[in-house]
Amino acid sequence: MTVKYTREHEWIRIEGDIATVGITFYAQEQLGDVVFVDLPEADSSCDQGAEVAVVESVKAASDIYAPVTGTILEANQELAERPELVNQDPENDGWFFRMRLDDPSELDDLFDEAAYQAFIQEEL
Amino acid sequence: MTDLHSLQLEDFHTALGAKFAPFAGYRMPIQYPLGVKGEHLHTRAAVGLFDVSHMGQLEVSGPGATEALERLVPAALQEMQPGQIRYSQLTLDNGGILDDLMLTRWGPEHWGLVVNGACKHADMAHLTDSLPVDVEMVYHEAQCLIAVQGPKARQMMSRLIPDAANLLFMRAIHCQYQGIEMVLSCCGYTGEDGYEISVPSAQAEQIAQLLTDQPECTWVGLGARNSLRLETGLCLYGSDLTTETTPVEADLVWSIQKRRRENGGFLGAEVIQKQLETGAVRKRVGIRPLDGRTPLRDHTILKTAAGEVVGEVTSGGFGPTHDGPVAMGYVSYHVSALGTELIAEVRGKHLDCAVCDPIFVQQRYVRTL
Repeated sequence: MTVKYTREHEWIRIEGDIATVGITFYAQEQLGDVVFVDLPEADSSCDQGAEVAVVESVKAASDIYAPVTGTILEANQELAERPELVNQDPENDGWFFRMRLDDPSELDDLFDEAAYQAFIQEEL
Repeated sequence: MTDLHSLQLEDFHTALGAKFAPFAGYRMPIQYPLGVKGEHLHTRAAVGLFDVSHMGQLEVSGPGATEALERLVPAALQEMQPGQIRYSQLTLDNGGILDDLMLTRWGPEHWGLVVNGACKHADMAHLTDSLPVDVEMVYHEAQCLIAVQGPKARQMMSRLIPDAANLLFMRAIHCQYQGIEMVLSCCGYTGEDGYEISVPSAQAEQIAQLLTDQPECTWVGLGARNSLRLETGLCLYGSDLTTETTPVEADLVWSIQKRRRENGGFLGAEVIQKQLETGAVRKRVGIRPLDGRTPLRDHTILKTAAGEVVGEVTSGGFGPTHDGPVAMGYVSYHVSALGTELIAEVRGKHLDCAVCDPIFVQQRYVRTL
């Protein structure tokens, strides 16, 4: 199992050709209290970087992007009822969606954990 | 980027852990460690403290001041008692709104004005151009303004300043705390009971610390200030009120007293009186999504089922006390009746919504004791 990170503060946990996607602890901290999550439809295909979901906090709406090209398999329906999970447990129960990767080589360009930590230090 | 002004109390807010963002030319506290939702809920449960020193505190006085101000605002000023406050708007020839403001009468020809921070320089230019030479306008740039808002504000303030106990909504007094001169106004912009305290910069930190030390109080940033005012149906200048919206369209007719509605005599009166008679083409209303979940943000387009564009959300977000989406906007008069179903375009999707009262959470002003 590998975990990768994007510049948009998403994490991607990869198991075989299945990726689970959510936002990082840092991202939820920046967003503040999450009040609504608009989730993607299952079985929809998307390109890397496509806007596939939206997370709304008390402050603003932010887009969630597909970190890699592939097909959305399922979304975390629990977030519809309990959007606060994104704040409480962003990197586990607060996951957004799972997708099947088309091209695992796209992962090579994403951050590993150390690189992501360095990236957010730069932003701070 | 232009240089931002710092609030007198910036270091004080920094020490409290505030996050800042530019607003109205100032570095303003947007939120404190409690977070927008926590600050909002605390204000509705106890007392929120707000540094709104970016707002313009003006004084207008001199022979003819009252009559001159009545040419600029549609509120009836001549009938007001000393110490009384009224909400009004600086109107323009087209009936549009240059700014909204609070006016406090201190004497027959002596007025205090509090205007929006983002508009204050334009307002002052407008006042300078419009007021006769005998009427003086002073900008109290060195005064801080701290709002103290919430259901426990009265009992908390009464401990410190006994006169606060009996000060009713839209009334103001001059008072002292341990020799510090201040103006205490019973008003605010959260829908809650509470006060605005105008205090000289030199003593602002002492007052801020005193308030911070009260067990009921927490500091609240602009983030929650926005959700608090939006939930209680209060307009934000620049979003819900502009130079292109009239007080009639904005559903602020209650702030134009009968004499002024009938006799006019203020900028834009022709347009406003005609709208009062024949109706405005559009109206400010509340908008709620039928799913009860999806927030409608500013600039969301509103359509009829037939696809006709009939309006736009001007302020929208999430209301922590309402525990759901809250929004207001303008719609064509023919679809402004409560309950009218419309379609909001949210990120390319169609969302069913309905026209509703823009007051999602009841205002709790103290008008009688």
